[in-house]
Amino acid sequence: MSIRGAAYVAGIYEHPRREIPDRTIWEIHAEVALGALADAGLTLADVDGVFCDGTSGFGTMTLCDHLGIRPRYVDNTETGGSSYLAHVGHAAAAIAAGKCSVALVTLAGKPRSGGSGVSFAAGPESSFESLWGIAGAPHTYALAARRHMHEFGTTAEQLAEIKVAASIHAQHNPHAFLPHAVTVEDVVNSPMVADPLHRLDCCVITDGGGALVVVSPEIARALGRTNAKVLGHGEAIKSTDNGRIDLTYTGAVWSGPRAFEEAGVSHRDIRYASIYDSFTITVLQTIEDLGFCAKGEGGRFVSDGALVAPFGRLPFNTDGGGLCNNHPSNRGGITKVIEAVRQLRGEAHPAVQVPDCQVALAHGTGGSLGTRHGSVTLILGQEDA
Amino acid sequence: MSAERQPLPVPAPKITTTNAAFWEATARGEFTLQRCAACDLVIWFPRRTCPQCWTEGIESFAASGRGTVYSFTVVRKGSGAYRDAAPFVVAYVELAEGPRVLTNIVGCDPADVTVGMAVEVEWHDTGEGNAVYRFRPAAG
Repeated sequence: MSIRGAAYVAGIYEHPRREIPDRTIWEIHAEVALGALADAGLTLADVDGVFCDGTSGFGTMTLCDHLGIRPRYVDNTETGGSSYLAHVGHAAAAIAAGKCSVALVTLAGKPRSGGSGVSFAAGPESSFESLWGIAGAPHTYALAARRHMHEFGTTAEQLAEIKVAASIHAQHNPHAFLPHAVTVEDVVNSPMVADPLHRLDCCVITDGGGALVVVSPEIARALGRTNAKVLGHGEAIKSTDNGRIDLTYTGAVWSGPRAFEEAGVSHRDIRYASIYDSFTITVLQTIEDLGFCAKGEGGRFVSDGALVAPFGRLPFNTDGGGLCNNHPSNRGGITKVIEAVRQLRGEAHPAVQVPDCQVALAHGTGGSLGTRHGSVTLILGQEDA
Repeated sequence: MSAERQPLPVPAPKITTTNAAFWEATARGEFTLQRCAACDLVIWFPRRTCPQCWTEGIESFAASGRGTVYSFTVVRKGSGAYRDAAPFVVAYVELAEGPRVLTNIVGCDPADVTVGMAVEVEWHDTGEGNAVYRFRPAAG
């Protein structure tokens, strides 16, 4: 069974604030849930499927208790920042199976004002990974960047081009945390965080959240507006591979082909791509692994404005992405879906709206390229795609 | 130079029923690895079940303690026990027996670490009956 056409993303909402000291995480969940439902033209009474990550409380149970939702389908899939793309795929499958018809996906977190509040360092690996002073995502992503540079000659300047493209887009987003264009020189001259990653190779740290409403085709038609059709979805876990980890590729090598096959589209059909951008190296490896260029060619691919909307070869992250706009709860997955839907609706900022954007891709990477991560690829399209 | 550098903190590992044998051997200066008796796979990190053939016949052996740097980073700002330790090197060392293990590179200036550099194990006593493995440039 395929989920192609089995569901539509009918509602999206991105919290406009980037620092929210005066709200709890659950107040933010509620705010974004109501925002996305209003965008869809639905209410909480319509929701019968609920999807949350595992970052706080009991996820779906806590949210349903807080908002008075009585779902008949729940999913607490936790694959880090890629969770929310998985939620869309799982929601589409659940809708196709008749398990629910209006699925709500929410994300909220306050790493900027309240700390991350969650630790996933309790696995059997922790006694062998927690001793070395690794204190944050930059330290392990840097290992992946270094190895990619070593094997393929990728340069700091090429990685910087990814930040530059995101910053060009962020100028048009009034809510972006970093709303100013930067240059390659700005990036490589910013303080080194963990060689070879500079401060500007990293995403922003923001409070915030977002929500999605995924509905059945019947409900999408009844809502009578432009919705994004789910065409395909693929997911994968890339592990440390029993100590044989290869730091030069991501799980997108598996999730990408699964999504393309289900969607029945090819790379040249993809007019816009939301690429998970926790760090510049995340984007570079993902572009290669999704097959937009050969392995090792990512540095050259991004160096001639290929990522800049609206006319680059692969316009990406037109909201400014996690690198410049928003990385709520230290997770960029939900904003990847939100901007892809904006592009398909023609509701991106006019300066970055891709003309005739019929098919878009969104990709999430949760966890670390340096250890283990969950990769999820989602392909969405307009009604006729 | 290494002699002038502040020694890194030596946090003690969390002992579990799966990893106790590994950490006990560190008190003797032995870096042990597991090998699956059924499929011969060298296993990292310790498990009770082979992650390749899923049998439970797993043996331990003393590894060489030698390897090469597969990748590394220089952390510029430490936190927790490492608050005052930066700059220090976090690396994957590829052991001669195959596995790539996360660790620190010590005994040289962080600026002198390179991918492919030959390294050997160095033990740092935790004071709790075991030692943590770090790697320094190989002698000779």
